[in-house]
Amino acid sequence: MSDTSVTPRSIPDRLQSPAARLLASWELLLLVVAVAIFIANSLASPYFLNAWNLSDATFNFTEKAMIAFAMALLIISGEIDLSVASIIALASTAMGAAASVGFGTPTLVLIGLATGLACGAFNGVLVTRMGLPSIVVTIGTMSLFRGISFIVLGDGAYRDYPSDFSYFGQGYVFWVISFEFVLFAALAVAYYVLLHRTNFGRTVYAIGNNVTAAQFSGIRVERVKFILFLLTGLMSGVAAICLTSRLGSTRPSIGTGWELEVVTMVVLGGVSILGGAGSIPGVVIAAFVMGLVTFGLGLLNVPGIVMSIFIGLMLIGVIALPRVWKAWRA
Amino acid sequence: MKLTRRLFGGAAMAAALMTGSVAQAQDPVRIALVVKALGIGFFEAAAKGAEEAAAELGNVEVIYTGPTDTTAEGQIEVINALIAQQVDAIAVSANDTDALVPALKKAMQRGISVISWDSGVAPEGRQLHLNPSSNPLIGNMIIKLAADELPEGGKVAVLSATTTSTNQNIWIEEMNKVLGNYEGIEVVGTVYGDDLADKSYREATGLMQTYPDLDAIIAPTSVGIVAAARAVEDAGKVGEVNVTGLGLPSEMAGAIESGASKSFAIWNPIDLGYSATMLAYQLATDAAEAEPGAEIPMGRMGTLTLDENTEGAMADPFVYDESNIDEFKGIF
Repeated sequence: MSDTSVTPRSIPDRLQSPAARLLASWELLLLVVAVAIFIANSLASPYFLNAWNLSDATFNFTEKAMIAFAMALLIISGEIDLSVASIIALASTAMGAAASVGFGTPTLVLIGLATGLACGAFNGVLVTRMGLPSIVVTIGTMSLFRGISFIVLGDGAYRDYPSDFSYFGQGYVFWVISFEFVLFAALAVAYYVLLHRTNFGRTVYAIGNNVTAAQFSGIRVERVKFILFLLTGLMSGVAAICLTSRLGSTRPSIGTGWELEVVTMVVLGGVSILGGAGSIPGVVIAAFVMGLVTFGLGLLNVPGIVMSIFIGLMLIGVIALPRVWKAWRA
Repeated sequence: MKLTRRLFGGAAMAAALMTGSVAQAQDPVRIALVVKALGIGFFEAAAKGAEEAAAELGNVEVIYTGPTDTTAEGQIEVINALIAQQVDAIAVSANDTDALVPALKKAMQRGISVISWDSGVAPEGRQLHLNPSSNPLIGNMIIKLAADELPEGGKVAVLSATTTSTNQNIWIEEMNKVLGNYEGIEVVGTVYGDDLADKSYREATGLMQTYPDLDAIIAPTSVGIVAAARAVEDAGKVGEVNVTGLGLPSEMAGAIESGASKSFAIWNPIDLGYSATMLAYQLATDAAEAEPGAEIPMGRMGTLTLDENTEGAMADPFVYDESNIDEFKGIF
């Protein structure tokens, strides 16, 4: 009964009641994992259940999750963007250069977003106009975008950001609720609506499941994909603003390795790496799971490499579990 | 003050053991040694030094931690977790001078003592910075190592990195300042190997051809010193030309064994971790104040004198020769 919701190439439908679907869903499994980790952390460390500490912990995932939302749509459509971390570097470098000649915060934000959009458009044109595979294109632009930052900055750094720029990464909206967390929540809702409540979202699933059928149904496949690359670039720009503001400085090595963490978050969230299946709630819970695991293990001073092993095992575990479950039922 | 604290701590511990209760005063001072990345021999050695300091101080718990990769973002996650644990002090070797500042400022606001060591943090993000050595000490050490092997005096040449390498230029300048203290030592020339193994090798060979009576080559660069030692070995001049300068024990073990290099210097990571822990303890227990001009004790390593940027130099570079190379070549 639940099989259809986890196989990659099925279009979700309404054959089951919503309650039955929820019970058998990936999201529920993840939620159970998240709650279990939360309880385990609370028992393992006396410092875990503290409002400020939990607030600090959210910074471990909010920026990556912002990119992960757009990346989820892109992967559902059957494409991928591995240049997101390099877009962060380039957008941050552009903002740093603008800040060093005295531009104010609103201009810096615009520059960050515009750089992200431009990089996304560049990827999008190469993939949709020239028909190149996105994995190859974005491995190329991964080196290209960060390479430009390295040429501009070398071993130097930009650090003269205006003081009000620090609000995005260090400011709090209310008590322990950081600006980044509010933005993360707002974007989660926005992407939920976009993917699950609009025609555009349906076309993303359709393209991911069967691109030929989607084309014959009159979906403008290339245009949808181009928009998804634009969105991913834009979200990388947003993440660049938050991260740069949090660090208060820019170096070309900023955000190194984040592309894989973002993809991990998306896949952990139940998005099929082959395209066609996945949901935003899954990605949101996966973001919390990854954030809670790294913070919880950090509180116990577990070495980083053990954390990586743990995340890797968790990823393999949650992916293998439904298949094992299916085989066992059959 | 320190003594009374320790005495009091000891007494409290004894009392707690007898009554079985946990007294506030016996809570260990928790010092986090945050490194650039785990799994690097240099930092593992520093952690060993930190443990040594903790054993000497007593009632100190060292938390040795760091990210998997040498990224600032990874270090910030580690620092956030340490802030959450309310550690007493953080001693960090930073992956980024500036990016750690906001996180470390937050740590200081929450009452945690913060120092940087080895690789520094901008002054607003830490209370003091511990340099492994200082430019004058390094400049003096490299000429001293050459002169010690030449009691009768002799001709030495310098093999540097590039003409624009800031560090090397400063060290050579400092070396020239103290040259007068070493009688009979003549610096015949300076060449540049650009920190490339093959170019350094050619330049070193060239030096031996230009000055057939050359007695020593000083290479204040880890690339140059290895290349120069190779050049001396290949030219069959082991015993005639001594190669010295700054190098890494793991890379120089062969040259020490062959005799191409009698000795060389670099910082000792064990001493560095030891001193960082001592300093962090002093600040965390309010036994010392990090302000310009302050002199802060660091156990067997003497005292650290802070300059106007609240930075200080630990000691002379540590000398490695055949007596200790085997111990250190596996470390870094």
